[in-house]
Amino acid sequence: MTTKTHVQTTINGEPVDFLCEPRQSLLECLRDVIGLTGTKEGCGDGNCGACTVNIDGRIVTSCLVLGVEAQGASIETIEGVADGTNLHPIQLAFLEGAALQCGICTPGFIIATKALLEKNPDPTEHEIRFWLANNLCRCTGYDKIVRAVQDAAKRMQEA
Amino acid sequence: MTTTDYDPNVVLSTENDFKVVGTRPVRHDGVDKVTGRAIYGADYDASGLLHGKILRSPHAHAKIISIDTSKAEALDGVHAVVTAADFPEAADKIMELGEDETKLRDLRGNILARDKVLYVGHAIAGIAATNAHVAEEALSLIEVEFEVLPSVMTTDEAMADGAPILHEDQTTEELGDDSGVVSNVAKHFQHIKGDIAEGFKQADVIVEREYNTVTVHQGYIAPHNGTAFWSADGRLHIWCETQGSFVVRDSLADLLDMPVSMIRVTPTEIGGGFGGKIPIYVEPVAALLSKKTGTPVKIVMTRKETFEGSGPTPGSKIKIKVGATKEGKITAAHAWMAMEAGAYAGSPVGAAAQCVFAAYDLENGLIDGFDVVVNKPKTAAYRAPGSPNAAFGFEQALNELAEKLGMDPIDLRLKNVATEGTRRVDGPVFQRIGAKEVLESMREHAHYLSEKQEGSGRGVAIGFWFNIGFDSACNIALNKDGTVNLTEGSTDVGGSRTSIAMQAAEVLGISAEDVRPSVVDTDTIGFTAVTGGSRTTFATGWAAYEAAQDVKKQCITRAASIWDVDPDHLQMEDGIISSKTDSELKMTIKELAAQLSDTGGGITGRASVKPRGVGGSFCGNIVDLSIDQETGKITIDRFTAIQDAGKALHPSYVEGQMQGGSVQGIGWELNEEYFMSDEGKMNNTSLLDYRMPTALDLPMIDTVIVEVANPGHPFGVRGIGEANIVPPTPAIANAVYDSCGSRITQLPMSPGSILEALKS
Ligand code: FES
Ligand code: FES
Repeated sequence: MTTKTHVQTTINGEPVDFLCEPRQSLLECLRDVIGLTGTKEGCGDGNCGACTVNIDGRIVTSCLVLGVEAQGASIETIEGVADGTNLHPIQLAFLEGAALQCGICTPGFIIATKALLEKNPDPTEHEIRFWLANNLCRCTGYDKIVRAVQDAAKRMQEA
Repeated sequence: MTTTDYDPNVVLSTENDFKVVGTRPVRHDGVDKVTGRAIYGADYDASGLLHGKILRSPHAHAKIISIDTSKAEALDGVHAVVTAADFPEAADKIMELGEDETKLRDLRGNILARDKVLYVGHAIAGIAATNAHVAEEALSLIEVEFEVLPSVMTTDEAMADGAPILHEDQTTEELGDDSGVVSNVAKHFQHIKGDIAEGFKQADVIVEREYNTVTVHQGYIAPHNGTAFWSADGRLHIWCETQGSFVVRDSLADLLDMPVSMIRVTPTEIGGGFGGKIPIYVEPVAALLSKKTGTPVKIVMTRKETFEGSGPTPGSKIKIKVGATKEGKITAAHAWMAMEAGAYAGSPVGAAAQCVFAAYDLENGLIDGFDVVVNKPKTAAYRAPGSPNAAFGFEQALNELAEKLGMDPIDLRLKNVATEGTRRVDGPVFQRIGAKEVLESMREHAHYLSEKQEGSGRGVAIGFWFNIGFDSACNIALNKDGTVNLTEGSTDVGGSRTSIAMQAAEVLGISAEDVRPSVVDTDTIGFTAVTGGSRTTFATGWAAYEAAQDVKKQCITRAASIWDVDPDHLQMEDGIISSKTDSELKMTIKELAAQLSDTGGGITGRASVKPRGVGGSFCGNIVDLSIDQETGKITIDRFTAIQDAGKALHPSYVEGQMQGGSVQGIGWELNEEYFMSDEGKMNNTSLLDYRMPTALDLPMIDTVIVEVANPGHPFGVRGIGEANIVPPTPAIANAVYDSCGSRITQLPMSPGSILEALKS
């Protein structure tokens, strides 16, 4: 058995510690060790964006980050986006705009969108498409996702 | 550009008399899916869970001489290893699997190879271990001795004289009879209408060409997965992402030779399917491993395994010949289509034959179909299976014909369009269909009427999917506050819970939000066929309609007994039960619901249906694109999809299906392919190299929903999930021709192939 490492980190604002093997990805630690399965795996090699999380203000594909790298970091996952039972405007925009079909890509898109709108509150269609180009969605053709991001931007500006 | 001078998403509605149908409520499972709470197959956990991995063939075609699993079994953390020898020997039989028929022996052979491996990625053995890493390590300890055989990768190679044979016991079924000839051609069939030789004699203009497409994958974002628990009482419970929990149950019962009632399948939320999650792959292996270990075993495929070890859609060779008079009347058409079935018989060439000429009223037509086995994964359904391949040929040939005739391509299509009463070349006579209406709204669309941008090309095409009916069940329980709980068994891949619930709400006169729909396991609901064939909203929706009618009838009977009147004198409209004769007698469904317990007990409606009134759907595209002359890269500048939905229950979901199908078609056309090595290995097994469209590759996808009510459904609904993937491939090819004057007859139209064409 491989020796495990003790990792102390912050997830969605709460301190969390966990033990992981050096070879385990952050995605695997979130899902299988910590039990946060909202972050999804579509490829395991950085090419689909389903596993997107925010680490210290930057979005990353968590399948390409090692669990041990979470030491001392602050991580935001889909489970931390809503404020209790109040959905975030991005979540509302996705829901009401029918911007999800199967929904497996949705957590990754919402995390990526949140980072975009925090940086650029009024993105153009091109800026949205460019920012979301690492998140694959096979169901929607992206049309309603792009519109939902535009709608979310509006909701957040009005808030 | 998302700001347009026209409405990008239009519903051309014919019937607006509904309260709930045609509105856009938020889906019932939506909050779980935007908060990360929804449980998909890979998220499922159970106490004592072991993780499984599958050993796969490195060879495209080889005999298995021996398998030695002893070293793997000895590794610390490994709990069990299984091979094909662990399956019970059951007699062969034909199985109805979703939309296809498969031989039990072929299904078993595909799940774990017996004597031979037939493609790179073919499963050979399964391992259950403490975690996936240990299982992975143990895979390399299994020793398999192979005798490598020559392989065939295309229909041409497989059909050639002296080709290496995949199945020594497979003889060609030639026009319905066993020819007795051992060959890779499982079947050759024909559909004939009229006499094409006569028809071609009457033609003033003839177009004849060959078209080739390669293997592509559905590309669902969640890989295949499944957890099995074989309990000490002999019951097997499966949790998995599937388009048909009952298909999983029934095929496991056959494979494992056990009674259906001993198997329970709980469908989890599903991360895409598009037809690819109809067949089973990992579930039986997990079941065998669980039987050996007595603990739950979960297997999740990697992306590479999903490409190599699940079922893509076939490469194909299609030859089209079509002739017409000077006036543009088609006099004859012939489609010769050979499709790769993959390692076992059963390509979608039969479906392709039902679709290829479907939009047109042909006097003389001939369709030849060949189902050909090759050393690639067994193909599975992919959104309108076979139809896009066929349309890539015929819809290009029609544009060529239009050009030769000096006609507008939409006018040529309209001149020959199929309508109610048209008999298809493959036999069926159409009920009311919307092909003409789709073409007319294409011709009138702002996009078609607009000037093309400087240097861009424009193309059009239409496509068809026939849709299926099949069995569905639904139960509805009336709660004491007048809301209802609806249970059904159709996997919800994109909002069907809600579109089904809306049909019950319409009947009961309550809001969509007052219906709480659940997709339940196979122990809990009556037999329900797959989510496929664009049937779910149509057929399970019909079951919901019938179950709601049952509730309605019982509400009336109950009210009659409370008021002590004849139920025939009562009616229920908009959620209010009232007397036709006495205006004093009136009660809402909520008021009645509150009294149920005191007046004889609860009310539960139920229905099991197998609707026959399936109405096919047509979809058309208008595409503008430009080609980078230096790199050969195609940019789609503007894209419009126009589809007949019969009645759009939830227009946003119909638009979503149209947009998603369009983009899958665009990917198929422009980038996607299984890039195979000479040894039959797929070289691009990552999502970086198998390049599906990203947000950046696309424009907005504008939609027009045409509504030509389906007379075979109470609300006029047609299944709309599939037809939309059909027209993009030929529409884009037609636009490329319009832009550069070259006919590209080979998919995908990657920048390299466009550059070649530009040079020539
Ligand atoms: S799972 Fe991490 S990018 Fe696909
Ligand atoms: S909604 Fe299914 S992949 Fe995006």
